[in-house]
Amino acid sequence: MKFVGRKIYKGTAEAEAIVTNDGISFYGGVDPDSGKVVEVGHELEGQSITGKILVFPSGKGSTVGSYTMYRMKKNNTAPAAIVNVQIDTIIAVGCIISEIPCVDKIDINNIKNGQIVKVNGSEGTVEVK
Amino acid sequence: MNLDKEEKEMLEGKYGKAAQKSMEILITLGEIFDAESMVEVCGVQIAGVSYANLDEAGLEFLSEMAKDGNVRVLTTLNPAGMDRENWQVLGIDAKFAKNQNRAIDAFAKMGIITTCSCTPYLIGNSPHYGQHLAWAESSAVCYANSVIGARTNREGGPSALASALTGKTPIYGYHLDENRHAEVLFIVNSSVKGTDEFGVLGKIIGDKLVKLGKKIPYIVGISSATVEELKSFCASVATYGGTALFHMEGITPEFNKYPKPNKDIVEINQNDLDRTRAELIDDEAEIDFISIGCPHASIHEIAQLANLLEGKKVKKEFWITTARPTKRIADEAGYSKIIEDSGAKFAADTCCVVAPIKGRFKGIMVDSAKACYYGRAKNKFKVKIGTIQECVEEAIK
Repeated sequence: MKFVGRKIYKGTAEAEAIVTNDGISFYGGVDPDSGKVVEVGHELEGQSITGKILVFPSGKGSTVGSYTMYRMKKNNTAPAAIVNVQIDTIIAVGCIISEIPCVDKIDINNIKNGQIVKVNGSEGTVEVK
Repeated sequence: MNLDKEEKEMLEGKYGKAAQKSMEILITLGEIFDAESMVEVCGVQIAGVSYANLDEAGLEFLSEMAKDGNVRVLTTLNPAGMDRENWQVLGIDAKFAKNQNRAIDAFAKMGIITTCSCTPYLIGNSPHYGQHLAWAESSAVCYANSVIGARTNREGGPSALASALTGKTPIYGYHLDENRHAEVLFIVNSSVKGTDEFGVLGKIIGDKLVKLGKKIPYIVGISSATVEELKSFCASVATYGGTALFHMEGITPEFNKYPKPNKDIVEINQNDLDRTRAELIDDEAEIDFISIGCPHASIHEIAQLANLLEGKKVKKEFWITTARPTKRIADEAGYSKIIEDSGAKFAADTCCVVAPIKGRFKGIMVDSAKACYYGRAKNKFKVKIGTIQECVEEAIK
């Protein structure tokens, strides 16, 4: 199944999907050293997003979150790609400065945890293998 | 988006890597928000300056951009995590100071004026009506849009930097007339006076806007307002409501340009003001810290403080947070000596929101509703709001 969304940041990645219906705040909500979600009560609390295709509705929280994403990229703890329903500026800017492929305008109900997903940020497509 | 020749060349890398990355950021934001083109900005204000917020990640990004990035427009900085000259007196540790200076040095290398203030409009980054800007710092954004009638979206640190290094911003949101219409009419039926009370009013309006899911208020019933009262109001309504623009009848320059909303109407009475003020006073607050200058104190506020503190001694930690250029005027006018003789301290370049003081005090007293929010949420203090006079009385008693 291949879905067409909107390109946010170029590049391609193929990896296992990790899916949540909660918003993600990278500043304070994700530990940039371990790559784990640390927000209390979050669906993904305690799970690592490193190297995964991170699928969630939209970003939330402080604009400093863009810098946290950059730090994760430098630490090799960043997700391989990001898929959103509706991008926000924090995630968009974070993807650009960290060079993480990103697509939005995707119905994330079509993607299940653990599926292998290919994101093509240059074309704005998401393919579930 | 339609790009002109120079913008295309920036994107292709002809102006260097930092300008290329900046243009990528701006084009992506423009496409997300359906901007048709870029517009030249007259000034930039950058947030995300305190090392406590930037951390190594942010600093690394700034250092990368500083390799070949140079500002193309007047650009100033938000408060840093410390007073750059007086940090030891304020109890900031040496390691933090070193890292903070690394961040400021990276900004300086790009040609940014490192004044470190949340009130750029008081110290020379002073736009006029109708000009396009790319400002971060929510209180200054609100002041620029509303009180001055300039035009800026609420930028984050990286997008503001991108505008500084390219001189452009995508034209959407508050840059366009059609997005500057008020949505909710607030009728104030009580006289509002003083920075503290304007902050309380900002909280009432901000909280209500969030509940209604609206952004732009139109306020009637305010007969006069000083610059200091307006800056306090802006800080509060931006903190509690995410508001970037308001119109105030008889006060702000665009109040006549757009119609008054006639569907959503909210009346504000004295008991609303009293009730909301009470929400900004913690019952069990034991005050051991007083801070004036959120947003940064103007020279007029410093004169007022000098008058109140002359010949007195403060018995609690007392900070006056302000921009360094304002502090220099206070030095020349003799206010600084009067204030420092009382035992109160200047904390220039920084403020009680961004300095690394979490848990250092039990209770903070302020004249700012914004400072109450961050005192609680970020620094885990009990809070108490009062007039400037009440704050000084608390300090000397």
